[in-house]
Amino acid sequence: MSDATDTGPVLAADGTPLKRSLNRALRREKMRALMLIAPLLIFVLVTFIAPIADMLFRSVENNIVEDTLPRTVVALKNWDRTTGELPDETVFAALAEDLVIAVESKTHTRLGSRLNYEMTGISSLFRKTGRSVKRWDIATDGPFREKFIEVDDGWADIEMWATLQTYSSRYTSGYFLNSVDLQLSPEGITAREEDQRIYITLFKRTIFMSLTIMFSCVLLGYPIAWLLANLPAKTSNMLLILVLLPFWTSLLVRTSAWKVLLQQQGVINDVLVWVGLVDNGNRLIMINNQFGTIVAMTHILLPFMILPLYSVMQTIPETYLRAAKSLGATNWTAFWRVYFPQSVPGIGAGCILVFILSIGYYITPELVGGTKGVFISNRIAYHISSSLNWGLGAALGTILLAAVLILYWAYDKIVGIDNVKLG
Amino acid sequence: MSALPPYATTPQRVWYYSFRVICGFIFFFLIAPIVVVIPLSFNAEDFFTFTPEMLSLDPEGYSLKHYRDFFSNSDWQNALYNSVRIAPLATLLSVSFGTLAAIGLSQDHVPFRRAIMAILISPMIVPLIISAAGMYFFYSRIGLQGTYIGVVLAHAALGIPFVIITVTATLVGFDRSLTRAAANMGANPVTTFFKVQMPLILPGVISGGLFAFITSFDEVVVVLFVGSSGQKTLPWQMFTGLREQISPTILAVATILVGISILLLATVELLRRRSERLRGMSPT
Repeated sequence: MSDATDTGPVLAADGTPLKRSLNRALRREKMRALMLIAPLLIFVLVTFIAPIADMLFRSVENNIVEDTLPRTVVALKNWDRTTGELPDETVFAALAEDLVIAVESKTHTRLGSRLNYEMTGISSLFRKTGRSVKRWDIATDGPFREKFIEVDDGWADIEMWATLQTYSSRYTSGYFLNSVDLQLSPEGITAREEDQRIYITLFKRTIFMSLTIMFSCVLLGYPIAWLLANLPAKTSNMLLILVLLPFWTSLLVRTSAWKVLLQQQGVINDVLVWVGLVDNGNRLIMINNQFGTIVAMTHILLPFMILPLYSVMQTIPETYLRAAKSLGATNWTAFWRVYFPQSVPGIGAGCILVFILSIGYYITPELVGGTKGVFISNRIAYHISSSLNWGLGAALGTILLAAVLILYWAYDKIVGIDNVKLG
Repeated sequence: MSALPPYATTPQRVWYYSFRVICGFIFFFLIAPIVVVIPLSFNAEDFFTFTPEMLSLDPEGYSLKHYRDFFSNSDWQNALYNSVRIAPLATLLSVSFGTLAAIGLSQDHVPFRRAIMAILISPMIVPLIISAAGMYFFYSRIGLQGTYIGVVLAHAALGIPFVIITVTATLVGFDRSLTRAAANMGANPVTTFFKVQMPLILPGVISGGLFAFITSFDEVVVVLFVGSSGQKTLPWQMFTGLREQISPTILAVATILVGISILLLATVELLRRRSERLRGMSPT
């Protein structure tokens, strides 16, 4: 007891307790590391993470209805759709007032297209009404109910009002429901009409084709990785270049090469006709369908399978196989029971990598996939650049992102992101 | 595998050779599509297949007209100019931020190392179409959509993971006592960095930069969404070419790009070997 009080805490040269001094040094070191990382972290957060967050936000955001028709939304709150009666005059008056302002700033057409995703016909209803509303005078022209119905009897449709009420909140799950072929109708969540159900099929196709591509990559990549790992270093380095060259070649170069090869008047068909396997009259259709996408993408993603497989196989000692054989195993048993289980981590890493890359692919399916060979990402691009249904595009993107992040997490658990190797 | 033992049985011999034949086919599958583009780009006709003149090696069948078209057509020249304007700046951004951060990440005590690493690598993992969509939404909010700066920032973000991965890999074998020795002799941290650490990790930095460069130079999805017609790059022009008015000029461009890839690949390989030798990791 007395010993401890006598010696006291160990002191550093400047008289502070050593423990505190060490802690301070550690803290300073941590701060220095963080200071070095901070610029990049901020850069990535602003240029990359913020956009992703914005997309997530857009998939549930639905401000447009309340922003364009603020008074109508308030007046419509008290309307009970189950009575089967149209909303009363106050709602119509509020709508007239809102529309006059909206028409002036030309936002009514945008609202019309937004609501048209939920119920066809609303877009033209808004556009048509917008043209008449311009001539109205809010103060004197009431009552508006009959006037609206006179312009377009769409305003006498209970269904239309119910849709407007359902989608008047600032946030909606509607886009997510749409992306799994459901919809938020006034009666609750219902399935979409038969001819509009496309997304479940598209998701299934994306997964099925990605799995096919993944398996073809394993099938083609495994022998190559094995050969590379078991040849003398000089030869395998030479052969490795044949794997790395496609990896470094522009994606568009490889896609255009496949387009040239697979066309009906292309090189492969020409060779087959010349050999006599195929009649000139019925050349094979290998492009603009699923076959084209699978072949081209297998070629593009194969290096991503070979490289991780190769790096795992390099660590498996050759002597194990010989030991198994000397103990009486046949070639097949030695491979299947001894070599293969040790190469499984490489297969896992390669498969996840190829799968992650392929479910999000856009360029190649767009160019060689036709209509039957496209992925979910092509639909996302369509919604963002052509149909302008940004909310639905964002919701589809969010679902895809969630799938990829789960796989990314699995990859991190199995392989570790620190162990990703390039070339 | 290395060699067939003299006591091998006939089935073993058959398997040994047929395995090599199978591997040969797979290598053929990997390389042939890239190689086939090269002779086709010298086609004298506007076809995408070998003409009879080409097959009989008649000089009449070959011409440089698609290359002439590439160098005289203003669309292609504009695209080339834009690519050359965007990629180097994006590379510079990702390399300078990336190297600094990689040095920070390879210190002994980094709080939240895993989380930070996951964020920094994420641009490589998130599907390009999602990055493109998000950037399109966000950059139009802040007025960067359709601008040169917007495209450069987006490409820099996409190149960062490659720089981080290659530079941290180089730093794994870095002998920290060298920087301590430099500090001991009175060098300040900046001098230490440029005179001692930088020359040693330079191969990693350069190959990271090459990866970032090719990422930007080859990128099409993000630029399609974030850029406007003023930022039309070479891959974008190829993409529209393949989708709409497919012209054989694309094959000439493709051949030039293959040449560039071979150059880059050779450089990266040389750098990797040099770096391994410097760190004494490879016996050769």
